[in-house]
Amino acid sequence: MSDLAPALIRVRGLFHTYEPGAGEPVPALRGVDLDVRRGECVALIGGNGSGKSTLAKHLNALLLPTAGEVIVDGLDTRDRDAVWAVRQRVGMIFEHPDDQLIAAVVEEDVAFGCENLGLPPAEIRSRVDEALRIVGLEALRRRPPHLLSGGQKQRVAIAGVLAMRPRCLVLDEATSMLDPAGQREVMETVLRLRRDEGLALVLITHSMEEAALADRVVVLAGGTVALSGTPAEVFARDDALRDLRLEAPPIVALARGLAAAGVALPAGLLTAPQLADAVAAAYRRGRGEA
Amino acid sequence: MNFLRGLMLGQYVPAESPVHRLDPRTKLLGTMWLVGVVFGTRSLAGLAVLTAFLAGVLAAGRIGPAYALRGLRPVFWLVGIAVVFQVVFGDSGGHVLFRRGPLVVTRENLAAGVFYGYRLILLVAATTVMTFTTSSVELTDGLERLLRPFRRVGVPAHELALMMTIALRFIPTLFEETETIMKAQMARGAEFTRGSLAARARALIPLLVPLFVGAFRRADALALAMEARGYRGGEHRTRMKELRVAIRDYVAAGALLLVAAVVLVPPSLWRAVVGR
Repeated sequence: MSDLAPALIRVRGLFHTYEPGAGEPVPALRGVDLDVRRGECVALIGGNGSGKSTLAKHLNALLLPTAGEVIVDGLDTRDRDAVWAVRQRVGMIFEHPDDQLIAAVVEEDVAFGCENLGLPPAEIRSRVDEALRIVGLEALRRRPPHLLSGGQKQRVAIAGVLAMRPRCLVLDEATSMLDPAGQREVMETVLRLRRDEGLALVLITHSMEEAALADRVVVLAGGTVALSGTPAEVFARDDALRDLRLEAPPIVALARGLAAAGVALPAGLLTAPQLADAVAAAYRRGRGEA
Repeated sequence: MNFLRGLMLGQYVPAESPVHRLDPRTKLLGTMWLVGVVFGTRSLAGLAVLTAFLAGVLAAGRIGPAYALRGLRPVFWLVGIAVVFQVVFGDSGGHVLFRRGPLVVTRENLAAGVFYGYRLILLVAATTVMTFTTSSVELTDGLERLLRPFRRVGVPAHELALMMTIALRFIPTLFEETETIMKAQMARGAEFTRGSLAARARALIPLLVPLFVGAFRRADALALAMEARGYRGGEHRTRMKELRVAIRDYVAAGALLLVAAVVLVPPSLWRAVVGR
């Protein structure tokens, strides 16, 4: 984990307090430090009210710090003139697939962000074509969005952000409204983008399986970072997770159970294929010795 | 609830035709022009010319006559009422065709009723041809460009177009939501289709309240999503699709002018101008 290159997103001492019209101010973030490096995949997990979504909205200047700072690619989100550049660099995908598509035709929706950037029409056209190709929706370009599946709608939203050529994609529970096929569709798309385009990903999620796919897991609780590390490190902290009312993914629990039952497994197994390979290896070793 | 889907914006007939390819501005202005010409028509011959012209446009737009007539069906009863009113309450006097008690039908009133009724049909037909051949997205684009010059006098062209776009985008979504809420209420014993008119109106309240709450929640989420994608109003904004006026638009404009000239200019004047 070398820190030679400056982080793409740097959050330092971030406080955010919601000031409702009536009643007490609500502190949502209380001193968060976070770095997201270029091309890195960070999962943000935590219970309801932990401040995940508030933090996410700070990453592209939808919310501004009450105290502390958020620096995106060298731009301070509090700088009024930098807001549009920040929003171009950090794209956001929201939870409800229906509530983030603006236009009545897929390709028009994908063009929306580029039109806001004020690009020339020919440039927008070529970026829209490219973005639709990358998410694999060229064939549906003339469709109205309401006829698409949830996973397809989220891919349209991803294409719309992608056409703006961002450095980082923030997925704010973008898969929580989708069926398993849709979830896979969206996760495969963003992981491929990270691999092929070098996009950094911030996954805000309730799904521990998704968090297990990240390079780093950051657990928020009560507006501060409670745990942080590789998925293997974080999910090994069983007691700490339980105190935060979170659970390691079922595969991690299964691996732990198998290890307790005497199967010789390496530590840090996170996904079903990893566990299957390890179990197969253990089985072969067992037969070889017998 | 499928009738809701059939009803909404099901007018556009996607096809490749010269009429479909016309600039939406041409079609919008052309339709307004035609509506004016229909209103100005005073003669049966004029109606015949306009009918032939609209039939020609329909054919060029690859719209089947049966389909076009079906699109006009909702206006037929309206036309029926208009004709009846004209016949029953029209001017007294003239050649009496039929008399029973206070009901008097004269030849003049019947002719006028049919004339005005047919004119009404043509009026609707002219606008229907446009909606058959122009998608809602194109219409919105066309309207925005047409209104753009009026921005200086305070017409919010971009905002109006954006409102239309969002409305078009969300009408089907809100219909789906209506369906879901109705089913949820029906599962709990609500009745939407029986009872007196007052009872049915009351039954709509538990439908409308969640629908409105949901719409406001969506509006909020959409505003956030638009902001996240760098939306900051119409300034600095460009569009992916540029509208371009092509030769066919000039041809259409020429045809429209010709129709107006034939229909509106009285024959005596024609003779004087063309001479002998």
